[in-house]
Amino acid sequence: MAETIRVFGIKALAAMFSRAKEESRAAFLPYFPVGYPTYDASLDAIQAMAEVGVDGFEIGVPFSDPLADGPTIQAATQVALENGITVSKCLDAVRTLRGRGVIQPMLLMSYLNPLLAYGLERFAADARAAGADGVIVPDLPPEEAEAWSEICRGAGLATVFFLAPTSDSRRIELVNRHVTGFIYVVSLTGVTGARADLPPDLTGFITRVRALADKPLVLGFGISTPEQARTMNGLVDGFIVGSALVKAGRDGAGPVGALAARLREAVNV
Amino acid sequence: MTVIQTSTTPVPDERGYFGEFGGRFVPETLIPALDELTAAYHVAMADPAFRQELAQLQATYTGRPTPISYAKRLSEHLGGAQIYLKREDLAHTGAHKINNALGQALLAQRMGKRRVVAETGAGQHGVASATASALLGLECHVYMGSVDIARQQPNVFRMKLLGAEVIPVESGSKTLKDAINEAIRDWVTNVRDTFYLLGSALGPHPYPMMVRDFQSVIGLEARRQIVEMAGRLPDACVACVGGGSNAIGLFHAFRDDENVDLIGVEAGGRGLEGGEHAARFADPNLGRPGVLHGTRSFVMQDADGQIVNTHSVSAGLDYASVGPEHSYLRAQERAYYTYATDEEALAAFQTLCQLEGIIPALESSHAVAEVIKRAPGMPKDSIILVNLSGRGDKDLDTVMRELGLNG
Repeated sequence: MAETIRVFGIKALAAMFSRAKEESRAAFLPYFPVGYPTYDASLDAIQAMAEVGVDGFEIGVPFSDPLADGPTIQAATQVALENGITVSKCLDAVRTLRGRGVIQPMLLMSYLNPLLAYGLERFAADARAAGADGVIVPDLPPEEAEAWSEICRGAGLATVFFLAPTSDSRRIELVNRHVTGFIYVVSLTGVTGARADLPPDLTGFITRVRALADKPLVLGFGISTPEQARTMNGLVDGFIVGSALVKAGRDGAGPVGALAARLREAVNV
Repeated sequence: MTVIQTSTTPVPDERGYFGEFGGRFVPETLIPALDELTAAYHVAMADPAFRQELAQLQATYTGRPTPISYAKRLSEHLGGAQIYLKREDLAHTGAHKINNALGQALLAQRMGKRRVVAETGAGQHGVASATASALLGLECHVYMGSVDIARQQPNVFRMKLLGAEVIPVESGSKTLKDAINEAIRDWVTNVRDTFYLLGSALGPHPYPMMVRDFQSVIGLEARRQIVEMAGRLPDACVACVGGGSNAIGLFHAFRDDENVDLIGVEAGGRGLEGGEHAARFADPNLGRPGVLHGTRSFVMQDADGQIVNTHSVSAGLDYASVGPEHSYLRAQERAYYTYATDEEALAAFQTLCQLEGIIPALESSHAVAEVIKRAPGMPKDSIILVNLSGRGDKDLDTVMRELGLNG
């Protein structure tokens, strides 16, 4: 058996960042929700992105009240719920994707309440067993996450917490202490969704974070084009594109894979 | 019922917890804003000038103290306890919501935030926010579910007259829950210059505490008034509970009065069986501890943690969660929670109109419905104090339709 043994969790993410760093580029982590436009089509879209060489995934678990999301992801996750997508079904999706040969790190993105309903410990164990590497919970700041961090540590799952342009030095240090995966840096004050321009003070903000944080920084919110993706090199360790891919996903896996390929190529140096 | 001392340890704690309920479950962007708000709130409340300005507005603008009325004919009709009504329906704008809106709007002004966003269900908080904003020269944007816009037209018109922008919300169930989502999204986007004027005792810390404190004037007045008028404290205080701000405002002053029962009344909608209600505490199939809108409390949800659609004839009670302090008071067995159905509330609405000449809000009618059930079994020398949280003019269309009086 010559097959490489895949490393899991925190190590898988660390390996992803060091590979991108060796190539002098930012890692590209697309977001896609399970169940949009259908369960099967969402898996096909994720697989198509895996095949064009994206670095990792943020796999969305739908929630009825996604208050950090803009209209595109709100509408898509609503469709997913109407398609009967549950937390269990999202874990099945990860397992199925692993079975289909997707080797990139996968982080599940879920609001807190579905995880509470599932049971935090049970969720962490099942997510790990399904092949997930980490979990992103946008409405769980580190102050409220003591138990959650402990559970993730036990299960070997990476934790991710957020920083925003409003975060001060104290919070940058706090978040840096708590993450084991990466810091999700929100580019702007607002909700998810494609924007024509990234904020002008972005570099200053990232510099401010870098001065106090040594964990990998992954930028999200508002990034949608290859031109924007190209500017991520040298700025951050990785970036997330969500709404633009979800929009492409309406027309099936083909357009999603094509857009992901262009975004991935954009960061090649 | 058992009554135990609860206030030896003040709640919430510095992290915003009422026992295991409360906290701050919001995106990072808002945490610094909540820190700033908490600090500004504490400084303001410690400043005699701020308290005096608020007290002055309460007296000369809102019309406080609102009276309590002895409901003589209703008491005789029920044949048991003597019933007193705390008349928040007589406050300016017609409901208790103005107490909190003025407090928060003054705080916004003090913090230099000229832009205010608010959510509204029945429209009472939207009207109160629009009113306070007009008074203080703030720019006001109110998010309101399109279902609620349709059933509370008079209040929509009032908000517009008062100079507020009313933004229809088409997502989810198109009611209060979704209006809160949109208000939070607006706040996340415009956090630096915007004040979120949250209308009930829910949401992330410090809102449950701050809203309670601004509403506690209800109970402080009522406690003094009932002693003056009836010669002693009541045996029970009754209030309706949506988010729970009028109830917590009444209960707070009585929390250490061990012999005063505190009774919250949720919306039983079309009855518990079909799940079409907003009785978070009464229906264990749907109401369980969870996190919605930044706070841990009882939440109506399905087995997968998705928030379910609620139903009530009254828009102000039609909400999937409840203020965390109510979950705490219930867990402590300091307060007791029950529910009234749409039908019972509509009957109570008519009873109060006919026996007392008072047209109550449909929300408040739920509290009256509980009194109608409870009073006959109580001795004639016992006393019930009911919070009549708002007046019913806004509900006339709904009531006429429900009673088949249209056309």
